[in-house]
Amino acid sequence: MAQNNVNDIKDHAQLFHQDEYQELFKGKKEFEGGHSPEEVARVAEWTKTWEYREKNFSREALTVNPAKACQPLGAILAAVGFEGTLPFVHGSQGCVAYFRSHFTRHFKEPFSAVSSSMTEDAAVFGGQNNMIDGLATSYNLYKPKMIAVCTTCMAEVIGDDLQAFITNAKLANSVPQSFPVPYAHTPSFVGSHITGYDNMMKGILSNLTVGKKQETTNGKINFIPGFETYIGNLREIKRIAGLMDVNYTLLADNSEYLDSPNTGEYKMYPGGTPLEDAADSINGEATIAFQSYATTKTRDYIESEWKQKTYVSRPVGIRGTDEFLMKLSALTGKPIPKELEDERGRAVDALTDSQAWLHGKRIALYGDPDLVIGLTQFLLELGAEPIHILVNNSNDKFEAELQGLLDSTPFGKGATIWGGKDLWHLRSLLFTEPVDLLIGNSYGKYLWRDTHTPLVRIGYPIFDRHHLHRYATYGYQGAINLLNWIVNTLLDELDRNTIIPSKTDISYDLIR
Amino acid sequence: MTMRQIAFYGKGGIGKSTTSQNTIAGLAELTAGDRIMIVGCDPKADSTRLMLHSKAQTTVLHLAAERGAVEDVELEEVLLTGYKGVKCVESGGPEPGVGCAGRGIITAINFLEENGAYEDLDFVSYDVLGDVVCGGFAMPIREGKAQEIYIVTSGEMMAMYAANNIARGILKYAHSGGVRLGGLICNSRNVDGEVELIETLAKRLNTQMIHFVPRDNIVQHAELRRMTVIEYLPTHKQAEEYRTLAKKIQNNTNLTIPTPISMDELEELLVEFGILGDDKEFEHLVGKTADEVPVELAVAK
Repeated sequence: MAQNNVNDIKDHAQLFHQDEYQELFKGKKEFEGGHSPEEVARVAEWTKTWEYREKNFSREALTVNPAKACQPLGAILAAVGFEGTLPFVHGSQGCVAYFRSHFTRHFKEPFSAVSSSMTEDAAVFGGQNNMIDGLATSYNLYKPKMIAVCTTCMAEVIGDDLQAFITNAKLANSVPQSFPVPYAHTPSFVGSHITGYDNMMKGILSNLTVGKKQETTNGKINFIPGFETYIGNLREIKRIAGLMDVNYTLLADNSEYLDSPNTGEYKMYPGGTPLEDAADSINGEATIAFQSYATTKTRDYIESEWKQKTYVSRPVGIRGTDEFLMKLSALTGKPIPKELEDERGRAVDALTDSQAWLHGKRIALYGDPDLVIGLTQFLLELGAEPIHILVNNSNDKFEAELQGLLDSTPFGKGATIWGGKDLWHLRSLLFTEPVDLLIGNSYGKYLWRDTHTPLVRIGYPIFDRHHLHRYATYGYQGAINLLNWIVNTLLDELDRNTIIPSKTDISYDLIR
Repeated sequence: MTMRQIAFYGKGGIGKSTTSQNTIAGLAELTAGDRIMIVGCDPKADSTRLMLHSKAQTTVLHLAAERGAVEDVELEEVLLTGYKGVKCVESGGPEPGVGCAGRGIITAINFLEENGAYEDLDFVSYDVLGDVVCGGFAMPIREGKAQEIYIVTSGEMMAMYAANNIARGILKYAHSGGVRLGGLICNSRNVDGEVELIETLAKRLNTQMIHFVPRDNIVQHAELRRMTVIEYLPTHKQAEEYRTLAKKIQNNTNLTIPTPISMDELEELLVEFGILGDDKEFEHLVGKTADEVPVELAVAK
């Protein structure tokens, strides 16, 4: 079994088909008293039935593939969007290893985050010493300009008080008094990664803007992305703002950090919103967030503490982008340039080119609340019909908003919003009420495998396909990207379904 | 008026809940009761019963457990109105022996914050379980929460020991935030020299004995009726005591960073007041069985 010949190393996909492994698997199954293939097949068939679906939906104490992550993950994604910022997770090491690998698997980039390495001692005596030592080490070793602290479950359960610990760490000279150490309590067992993003964004902004309020505004528009994993979207927003000559601050701009050029030299903190600009965001004209449910507390804070107007605009699809551009134009008085009008025209043209293939197609989709609203809006524009819309980290407000959107067009009539459900629920839905297309992240591939519903990978995380995160889903160009992914997945599927010679290949057409 | 937040701490069974509710009842007479909120931070949930005339009100965590998530609880279900319009809420907690009561308090207070319970209030009073055994029980004294702590104690050794321990807890947070000790409330147990003893302890802790509440059976009579003395028999002299305490707290400006003392110092203090015998006096008895030194001999000195 050992692969001793370096000229013939079998990769994972072939290695286990060798006789010796097959033999081993057989022995293992026998040893474990595994069921016969017939029995396995029978039960697998049964899981496709309405009977099983009803049992599945009365499930109470188990979640299978929840389609959400935990708070600190979102918190550190916000943190690395600021200049020279080191995310510091107060808690046990394993959690942070998971956050780092999760991002690295999606972005294929290094991701730096440290932990305060709490162990049993810290669980018993509180993590203050870990904070004091950890901040000092981080500051001296990694030379950040800001350390953004969040927590894991462990620190939260024992009630560690970040504000007090950070103040005491400063009193103990871990970092200079003036050094910014914003923080957010991010218990993983509350909310999801979008809650963590919100908490950290609020923490960072409230830390940096202390005493920075001026009499007059700086004339800038603040943009807050939310839990954004499409680097192309951040670049698209900057491009659009540039085309419109809008003076803006993009808060938590992690586009460089998560997609840095390979120059042969490693930089620990590429890009990021300059801390000075972030501090001055308190004097902005207005704030536009591109996600609503990942910025709820931050927008409340901006409205009540900064006395600044905030808006939510999701520049997805034609209508979404139209609304964003018009909002931006209304706020700044800048006209929408012809270049963008032309882009709109091209996107509309592209949509009409593919519309015949998409009209009336039944779609299942899942993901974060804001992603799902943007996609649903786009699908409705295409004349597609969302059927199952599954959002694990759902809430009442979101469901009301989405329902309003669905009610606004006949194409939304057949849709059901499945809040708080997981991907094992979705599996039952896809078996009992099949659809033409599934939209979701990489975890959807298990549903694709089981149900053969073609999968369009849109969302986070996408571990098993490369470069998708580099594209935009925002703006008119983003609309073309979404359209491209969606329609071509359907056409690929059509080819697969018409591929059998002399049987189905009468429709195996060159032109689609 | 900016919102003032105070917290009552003290040894279990010392009369914290009774004292705090009577004091808040007194305060409700002095100011608008509907702008006061009591937050019970004890799994026993007995911090509001005298205000509500109930055994124990429905708690945040009880409903959360029933519904499966705290997000499914509505504020109106757990925020009740008691005597003089005072708003009452209990965090509740897990069954004894399971789960984590400390985290429960954090969850409950976060729930109250997120659902706007702290809006339009002048006064918030936290009544916290006797022993501040973990970080969760310090939640009420985090930055932005209670900035004034009142420790309920008596002249008994264990109550003073607890008071000193709580002072240590406050000190931990005092330098990093704004929390201060407002004073010791002596809930009398009729111990000899109690006033002097607690005043001396207060001085050693760099605070004051803000009030001496004498012992009176009327408190038990009122408790039996699930009422504060102030409501049950407003004319009674004990009601006046609580009113005085309420006034003193209302006007209190003597907020300090405590200087907790060591166990040895505390024991010396107790020896000084004749509550504990001198170490030397009993040195020859340490580790001796009744056979070795008969009880009569030991007690007779």
